[in-house]
Amino acid sequence: MRSATSLNIVADPAADAAEGPNLALAPKPGVLPQASLAPAQSAEMPAKRVAAWLRGALPKLLMTTLSLGMFIAFWYFATKYKLDFYIRFNNIPSPGEVWENAAYLAQSDKFYNNMYVSLRRILIGFGIATVLGVALGLLIGQYRLARGLLFPLFETLRPIPAIAWVPMAIMLWPTNETSIVFITFLGSFFPILLNTIHGVNSVDPVLLRAARCLGTSEFGLLRQVVLPASLPHIFTGLAIGMGVAWVSLIAAEMISGQFGIGYFTWEAYSLIEYADIAIGMIVIGVLGLLCSGAIRIMGNMLMPWMAGPNHGGQK
Amino acid sequence: MTPTDNMPQATGHILVDHLRVRFGSKAAAVEAVSDVSMEVKPGEFISIIGPSGCGKSTLLNVVAGFVQPSEGTVSMDGKPTDKPGADRGMVFQQYSLFPWLTVRKNVEFGLKQKGLTANRREEAARTLLGLAGLLSFENHYPDQLSGGMKQRVGIVRALATSPQVLLMDEPFGALDAQTRVVMQQILTNMWQRFRISVLFITHDIDESIFLSDRVYVMTARPGRVKAEIPIPLPRPRTPDMALSPEYLQIKQQLRELITEESLKAMGGELKDSGLAGFDVDVGPKGVAELV
Repeated sequence: MRSATSLNIVADPAADAAEGPNLALAPKPGVLPQASLAPAQSAEMPAKRVAAWLRGALPKLLMTTLSLGMFIAFWYFATKYKLDFYIRFNNIPSPGEVWENAAYLAQSDKFYNNMYVSLRRILIGFGIATVLGVALGLLIGQYRLARGLLFPLFETLRPIPAIAWVPMAIMLWPTNETSIVFITFLGSFFPILLNTIHGVNSVDPVLLRAARCLGTSEFGLLRQVVLPASLPHIFTGLAIGMGVAWVSLIAAEMISGQFGIGYFTWEAYSLIEYADIAIGMIVIGVLGLLCSGAIRIMGNMLMPWMAGPNHGGQK
Repeated sequence: MTPTDNMPQATGHILVDHLRVRFGSKAAAVEAVSDVSMEVKPGEFISIIGPSGCGKSTLLNVVAGFVQPSEGTVSMDGKPTDKPGADRGMVFQQYSLFPWLTVRKNVEFGLKQKGLTANRREEAARTLLGLAGLLSFENHYPDQLSGGMKQRVGIVRALATSPQVLLMDEPFGALDAQTRVVMQQILTNMWQRFRISVLFITHDIDESIFLSDRVYVMTARPGRVKAEIPIPLPRPRTPDMALSPEYLQIKQQLRELITEESLKAMGGELKDSGLAGFDVDVGPKGVAELV
């Protein structure tokens, strides 16, 4: 504190503690509503949760199996009998063929390289989109000047789908690789930016006032209050952005790629390797799912307070 | 005003001098606070009581530095309170704990802004939480606490930066009656222990008598000081005092003053924000007709 005459609690907390028990300050047992948070209850929670999870999960598991089973069965019969009823299954690979090709590709370094290249593009494009989207979103949300200067530009560019940028991107960037990363970045940037702005705008003003009363600097306010308070919205943006990033990446790879899982899928079509098309699709789905899962896990790790009963856990 | 006598601590002296606060542009300006002068002497516990909308929160916000005076001055220890700072701890009516920080990290927040090391912060926060009987909850998140506990953490957090004055804006307004009484006792204990000035906003007469050295009664909008009532009850105060003739007499006096203003406030609201202003006739069916 600036003033030496103020309370000495910070200067010497030990002295205060040693002053003797100030029992009047201690809560009287039973008077304060602490009982509702008895430790025993929290210890019980995991066991209860596991039981409840099992009860909920078992029927769900059965239905999931049934649901997917029906799809594969339809696929199997439709390809076996070459179903031709407006949609045509003449050239569609059967589940068996797909399985065989998958077993073959699982040995192929080239295939893994395609997966690696796509994941790397996602990581770089999405990573840059996250850093820029969150940083600019915080500034636009918090400061009128940033909003006035940047928001109109972004609002103009936002309706242009990332894929529409492909020809322009090829001209703009020196290599194919950078233009694909750019497309991936564009796809995820806007959802992240907009959700961050939304998050900043919905920060409870009393938290800002409380922080100011505790001596926070302007930058501290942004980093220590606005950012964490906006995290739930930011992660909504990241989840949406990851989905759009994959959409944009696959489209870009199909159009202008040389490697990557989207390129692999399109190439399979050109080379009449029809089973590989299905494999490409499935791998794209699984990779997308894994990326979304990673976002969710990261969100749970960064926002432990959201796991409480009042938030119903992070979905 | 009497000069401050030899208090053990000569800081936390708040002077409000002919304060006026107007909101809005010149033509449509609304006066929230009108020519208010008051004083909080170092170490004093002062309550401001008045009908809703009387500008008492506005007054507190000027002291906190969130609102600028239109006329007059507000100063603490001689310096104008033109921006918020850690020398004035504030406790809000709404729970204002940072939900992403544990109880202890909430208390440490102000100390972190002052640049204390992690060890010193933790030590100080734990000491304070211990005093408030909250140490076993140091690692809980605010959402895991009851309303009374949240407000206790809020008070502890405000005290952690060693402010000269605690500004409290109806801090117990959202709590149930029993929790409220306990909280009042805890606050009194904290105040006596820390010898800090307190400016406390309330609309609860009993609360203001139980806690304060003096009570300022404010008028309906625009807010003026209607009366300044000293509370000479001895300390420590106990809930039993509420039955003493002295207490009852003060209460009666405050009640009369406030009822008068509340009626005025309601009348005023009906007149200026209500029906006449919108140029509508309310027929025999009353408001139902408007909806």
